[in-house]
Amino acid sequence: MGVTLSVPTDAGRRRIEELLQENEERVLKRWLEIAGSSSSSHVDRSSLAGQLRELYQALRQSLDGSGDSDLRGLLAELSRSRARQGFTPTETAVVVFGLKEALYESIETDGSPEALRGFIWFSQLIDDLGLLTMENYAAAREKVIIDQAEQLLELSTPVVKLWEGIVAVPLVGTLDSARTQVVMEKLLQTLVDTGSEHAVIDITGVPAVDTQVAQHLLKTVVAARLMGAECVISGIRPQIAHTIVTLGIEFGDIVTKASLADALAHALRESGVEFVSRKTRVAVRTEED
Amino acid sequence: MTTPAELPVNSNSDVVLVRQHVRTTAIDVGLSLVDQTKVVTAASELARNALVYAGGGQVRVEIVHNGIRKGLRLVFSDEGPGIPDIEQALTDGWTTGGGLGLGLSGSRRLVDEFDLKSAPGEGTLITVTKWAR
Repeated sequence: MGVTLSVPTDAGRRRIEELLQENEERVLKRWLEIAGSSSSSHVDRSSLAGQLRELYQALRQSLDGSGDSDLRGLLAELSRSRARQGFTPTETAVVVFGLKEALYESIETDGSPEALRGFIWFSQLIDDLGLLTMENYAAAREKVIIDQAEQLLELSTPVVKLWEGIVAVPLVGTLDSARTQVVMEKLLQTLVDTGSEHAVIDITGVPAVDTQVAQHLLKTVVAARLMGAECVISGIRPQIAHTIVTLGIEFGDIVTKASLADALAHALRESGVEFVSRKTRVAVRTEED
Repeated sequence: MTTPAELPVNSNSDVVLVRQHVRTTAIDVGLSLVDQTKVVTAASELARNALVYAGGGQVRVEIVHNGIRKGLRLVFSDEGPGIPDIEQALTDGWTTGGGLGLGLSGSRRLVDEFDLKSAPGEGTLITVTKWAR
């Protein structure tokens, strides 16, 4: 390729470096315009100017040959922070690609064959940096998703104490193997920690009970039984009851209730707690007098 | 949503997406809450079957008409090992995968029309339809 071109790549590269140095203020100003205009309102212009200046310095340093780890680090940081702040991929990429257009105006003014030859080399460099930015952007987005999934797993499985010796697990959303595992572990641990003998598994928030969900529930109940605790499944809505019957799932001797209140009442009865309304108590007292 | 939708079933999260899509379509068709839940559960079973036994497949969700009646049709297809004995596979309690053995037979009871085509080595094609009342 070098044979057919009258200008060697090295000369082009040198010319670009010179141009970057000579026109620093002009290129930076134009770069800020391009990068700023494409991004939507949530851009702080002065901080963007600071970021671009830093990138520009790092780019020149890396061209000088003093290592480019700083430039890559800065770009990675920029794309990470933009991904977290909810910028679109285009808004992020344009920050890098904008430099091409910004510099091109200076090259046009210069007009020398070295500068034009160098611009091809410079384009490739910026393309590489752009790809790097996108890779970091995607990685940062994936990290956000993974973090959220983990948080959801933690958040969605609370074990609450309803009464002395009675704990409840309100299940919300899709029950897959991973979540059931977490639920089961947490429930069994809570049974040990609190010394509870009754557990209520409330499935009001589970949209559909298929055979897999049912199997997971059954296994949890059996495991709790092995530890000496009785489980009640509550929150069975009419459509779920219909579906379970049609599917042919047998809950056997497991106690099921329509609402959490029913399940609590059942567990209280089982543990020997009796409720007397205040009126009756007064009546009893007068009798004693 | 009149155009049929093709959804892939390649992971557990795909099963969730299939369920959500079937639910929205079932609401569009005008199925009652009980029927919605039934068809969603059947979709969940069949999609999971495709995932567990065939390693993945796809499902087509479409709205069908029979006179003035509207219905929801789901076509599950996979290129898995196929089912050698369909009669046995449709028996309550029969399982090769450690489940309850009710997925296939239960799904048949959850829908109005159930059609299963399968042969060893040729994959499985299951078409189910639920009509609005």
